[in-house]
Amino acid sequence: MKRYSGWAVFREGLRGQTGWSRAWRDPEPKSEYDIVIVGGGGHGLATAYYLAKNHGLKNIAVVEKGWLGGGNVGRNTTIVRSNYALPHSTEFYEHSVKLWENLAHDLNYNVMFSQRGQLGLFHTPAARDAQAKRANTMVMNGIEAELLDTEGVKNLIPHLDYSENARFPILGAVLQRRAGTARHDAVAWGFARGADERGVDILQNCEVQGFLREEGRVTGVETSRGVIRAKKVGVAVAGSTGHVMAMAGIERLPIETHKLQAFVSEPLKPLLDYVVSYGAPGAHFYISQSDKGGMVFGGDLDFYNSYAQRGNLPIVQDVAESAMAIMPCLGRVKLLRHWAGVMDMSMDGTHIMSKTPIDNLYLNAGWCYGGFKATPASGYHFADLIANDRPDALTAPFSLDRFEKGYAIDEKGMGPTPKLH
Amino acid sequence: MIIIPCPFCGDRDHSEFSYGGDATVKYPALDASAEEWYNAVYLRKNPRGAHTEYWHHVGGCRSWLVVERDTLTHEISSAKYAHDGYGDSA
Ligand SMILES: Cc1cc2nc3c(=O)[nH]c(=O)nc-3n(C[C@H](O)[C@H](O)[C@H](O)COP(=O)(O)OP(=O)(O)OC[C@H]3O[C@@H](n4cnc5c(N)ncnc54)[C@H](O)[C@@H]3O)c2cc1C
Ligand SMILES: [Zn+2]
Repeated sequence: MKRYSGWAVFREGLRGQTGWSRAWRDPEPKSEYDIVIVGGGGHGLATAYYLAKNHGLKNIAVVEKGWLGGGNVGRNTTIVRSNYALPHSTEFYEHSVKLWENLAHDLNYNVMFSQRGQLGLFHTPAARDAQAKRANTMVMNGIEAELLDTEGVKNLIPHLDYSENARFPILGAVLQRRAGTARHDAVAWGFARGADERGVDILQNCEVQGFLREEGRVTGVETSRGVIRAKKVGVAVAGSTGHVMAMAGIERLPIETHKLQAFVSEPLKPLLDYVVSYGAPGAHFYISQSDKGGMVFGGDLDFYNSYAQRGNLPIVQDVAESAMAIMPCLGRVKLLRHWAGVMDMSMDGTHIMSKTPIDNLYLNAGWCYGGFKATPASGYHFADLIANDRPDALTAPFSLDRFEKGYAIDEKGMGPTPKLH
Repeated sequence: MIIIPCPFCGDRDHSEFSYGGDATVKYPALDASAEEWYNAVYLRKNPRGAHTEYWHHVGGCRSWLVVERDTLTHEISSAKYAHDGYGDSA
């Protein structure tokens, strides 16, 4: 495996780009592996990478029904932050941000992690109180956060709607400077390359269609490319969780599948150098500018169970209205593309990383629409769970049985209604 | 847009409706076991395919409907009143 470097880019520039080799192999499935990870999204690939890197395991396959990056890892709006309010989530997402900070070096792959800062705007005195509380919680957990007033926001971003008759007057924001964005495809490809380099087989166009079970244990998977036996199977299929786990015999989970849309505009000259988000009754919006110049933004779910990876028109209108309410200068910008991904919305809005009632079967799911930022930590801790067959201290609160035991982790306090998280 | 055939109002855009979730969930008696309540409150089949679900026609006749919809194609095969008492109820 050739290392990527500035020198290599220079050398290949002189050699007509003839010296590059493919970034990962395309092997035939073996009949048996120690560990099979179902789902080649960000989480599945990161899990395989850390299984190999942190636990020295080699005989691993990642089984993906489509192509790498075709799922949510390649469909999201790439916001990375750790401004959570509840203790377990705060620790988990802060660990993730720390891993992000060194990820490009660790993977020798430019994931373009850009810590440009994220502002969460507020528009009412009550919302200011709530955001101030959140900022204090972060600070008490050792995560820097700044509370800005209107002038403070204006100094950073002069072209939001600060007028008196603004639909959502900007009273201020919480700023997390270490938050930002990353190049989503590069995250999938970087983890894939790193895992492949350590011996992991990445099997694309390989759909899991059933599970092999013996005496209450899982012993492998039936795929569109044949039967693959495995000592352990980890499932990380995001929006397809219900469908895939039902094949393993777990028919009901605290998860519903909903779709979320995202939008990108035509490329513009630099316009916005922070991530900006806000939520107010009737509006939900987040936006950043990609390195190519496109304005990348999104809003609410489509609000009904769906496995269709395409969005519906009422939300297009809602998101456009939310955009205009805060950044009227976007009014004449043309939309380039819009799409949707299917999300594993959990009953408390928090993820599940857990053993299951079936031995040797592990579940990584329930990421709602915040799982991109979790990718490195999810892989890191899911790998640890699978390798050691027990959750580490950071993972234990995210168990599947927490709902039954009354330990739901409901960040927003919305109750067991997945579409509201 | 999904077109929902409301038995009272006729074909209407889904944006007139509010989604009420899985209609196969049956809430147990108040004094039922914690396990039964856990099942009803937290666990869902979440199928990829035919789904029986509630929609509330808030922007129309305000009836609660039980709709059969495919979660992959969004095709609707039936829409009926959720309650007995009027029309041809479910
Ligand atoms: C529009 C949108 C915006 C978002 N914005 C953000 C954001 O700003 N910040 C953030 O943190 N998060 C965001 N998210 C959420 C984030 O993208 C997801 O939580 C995360 O990507 C899910 O993990 P993953 O990458 O492993 O999922 P995926 O990439 O979806 O991976 C799952 C994989 O499993 C495969 N699979 C499914 N069934 C099978 C099968 N039977 N056999 C084999 N393989 C199978 C799928 O093909 C897929 O590739 C957003 C999501 C969307 C859709
Ligand atoms: Zn009606």
